[in-house]
Amino acid sequence: MRAIATGLFTDEAEPRLIGGKDRETGRIVFPCPSATTYEPVPLSREGSLWSYTVQRYRPKTPPYAGPEAFAPWVVAYVELPGEVIVEAPLYGVAFEDVKIGMAVRFAPAPLNPEDADSVFIPAFQPHGDAA
Amino acid sequence: MSGDVCIVGIGIHPFGRTDGLSGVDQGVFAVRQALVDAGVDWPQVQFAYGSSDAAGNPDTMVDRLGLTGMQFINVRNGCAAGGSALFSAQMAIKSGEFDIGLAVGFDKHPRGAFNALPAEYNLPDWYGEMGQMVTTQFFAAKIMRYMSMFGISQETLGRVAEKAFRNAVHAPHAWRRQPVALEDILAAPLVSDPYTKYMFCSPAEGGVALILASEKKARELGKPLIRLKAATMRTRPPSSFEVFAPSVDVVADDTRPRGTASRIASADAFRLAGIGPGDIDVAQLQDTEAGAEIMHMAENGFCADGEQEKWLAEGHTEIGGALPVNTDGGCLACGEPIGASGLRQVFENVVQLRGDGGGRQVPNSPKTAYSHVYGAPGVSAVTILER
Repeated sequence: MRAIATGLFTDEAEPRLIGGKDRETGRIVFPCPSATTYEPVPLSREGSLWSYTVQRYRPKTPPYAGPEAFAPWVVAYVELPGEVIVEAPLYGVAFEDVKIGMAVRFAPAPLNPEDADSVFIPAFQPHGDAA
Repeated sequence: MSGDVCIVGIGIHPFGRTDGLSGVDQGVFAVRQALVDAGVDWPQVQFAYGSSDAAGNPDTMVDRLGLTGMQFINVRNGCAAGGSALFSAQMAIKSGEFDIGLAVGFDKHPRGAFNALPAEYNLPDWYGEMGQMVTTQFFAAKIMRYMSMFGISQETLGRVAEKAFRNAVHAPHAWRRQPVALEDILAAPLVSDPYTKYMFCSPAEGGVALILASEKKARELGKPLIRLKAATMRTRPPSSFEVFAPSVDVVADDTRPRGTASRIASADAFRLAGIGPGDIDVAQLQDTEAGAEIMHMAENGFCADGEQEKWLAEGHTEIGGALPVNTDGGCLACGEPIGASGLRQVFENVVQLRGDGGGRQVPNSPKTAYSHVYGAPGVSAVTILER
């Protein structure tokens, strides 16, 4: 799995997002800033949906580098408890079934599902009872 | 300087799309109209602050208006640019340095959604490559959470848009001046859930000019005294939720709305003016999307979170309601030329305080008027006018 950028996921069989923990305040942000005042920390795999929308039209290129054939997706803000809220697509759920508070799990996904060599982007899937 | 800073002249180039006219052309048009309105000639204008986001440097307009050697400062401050120009113009007079000056804003954006690039916001390229450099996503996600927390329905969002187009019928400077039925607004294609295409404003074009003067100078000009009681521009507090945010802070108690630049700018403006939200007779609130007007009603202190559902259903924010909001149709009907948008709100408030609103005039001679803008990455500007 090749991530869309270095330093986003851990190098594990089941990757985790890498956040940045402010060495002074303990505040966690994503992605991890390059400044040495931040310590890279793996983030929880599981969280809950904090808010969302559906991206219904193809974003302008540049900067969007996804497939020409556009399919709408859920833009999710996922709360990783006690850590940080991160923005990423939520796949594997019908739009009408998306509910704020639903349980989700980190599952990186190809930016272009039609391309076997596609880079992977941060993404989530429904989890537990929500799956 | 004793007394208040007063707005003595207003001018506007109609918003929307004007092929063949540059942004500066539209700014110059507005300035000439404001000069006539104030009854002053260009050489009398001692200074200017000009805002434009995408249509070139405002000070180039001296070429067209006259090379008097006057001071002209360009302002870029995101969606708060117009408010920042107005604040600065006010301070130049308050300081005693000048008696009369200009705040002008104009813009001309390409069609379609604003196309931001990650590097402009210090974000990594991948953020844009995966399709998250899209302002509508943020605005939609913000209202989605607010609706879930405070029981606001999509129908209420529709009512905001319906009101905007209905008010704009009577505003000659507005862009979209055809009424749209609530059921058509709700049945239109979704752009970013829960917003349909009628619930988002579009980038646009337009120009607005305001001539400001000391109270003494305003009396000499013989103009009705429209007093600028407060003009504030503020930035975001910690843990706010803003556009283009790859991450947001977790907070201990997430059951209440988070702090915003708007809340700070609003509270400070009311403090400076020495009045409260209940004293305001008409308000122009940033409505780049229908939900923004809803949330900004609460963020500016006009109602409690969740009360908007009832307010809209009962028509409190209509022209004849307890607090008319966005009497010219706001951004939803006028579009958003960034450099001019905040000044349009103040233009509209002056029209209302003078009683010149025609078919959109707020009844019973309003005496106080409020304006508010909000933009990326967490900036807000508020004004309070009194006559």
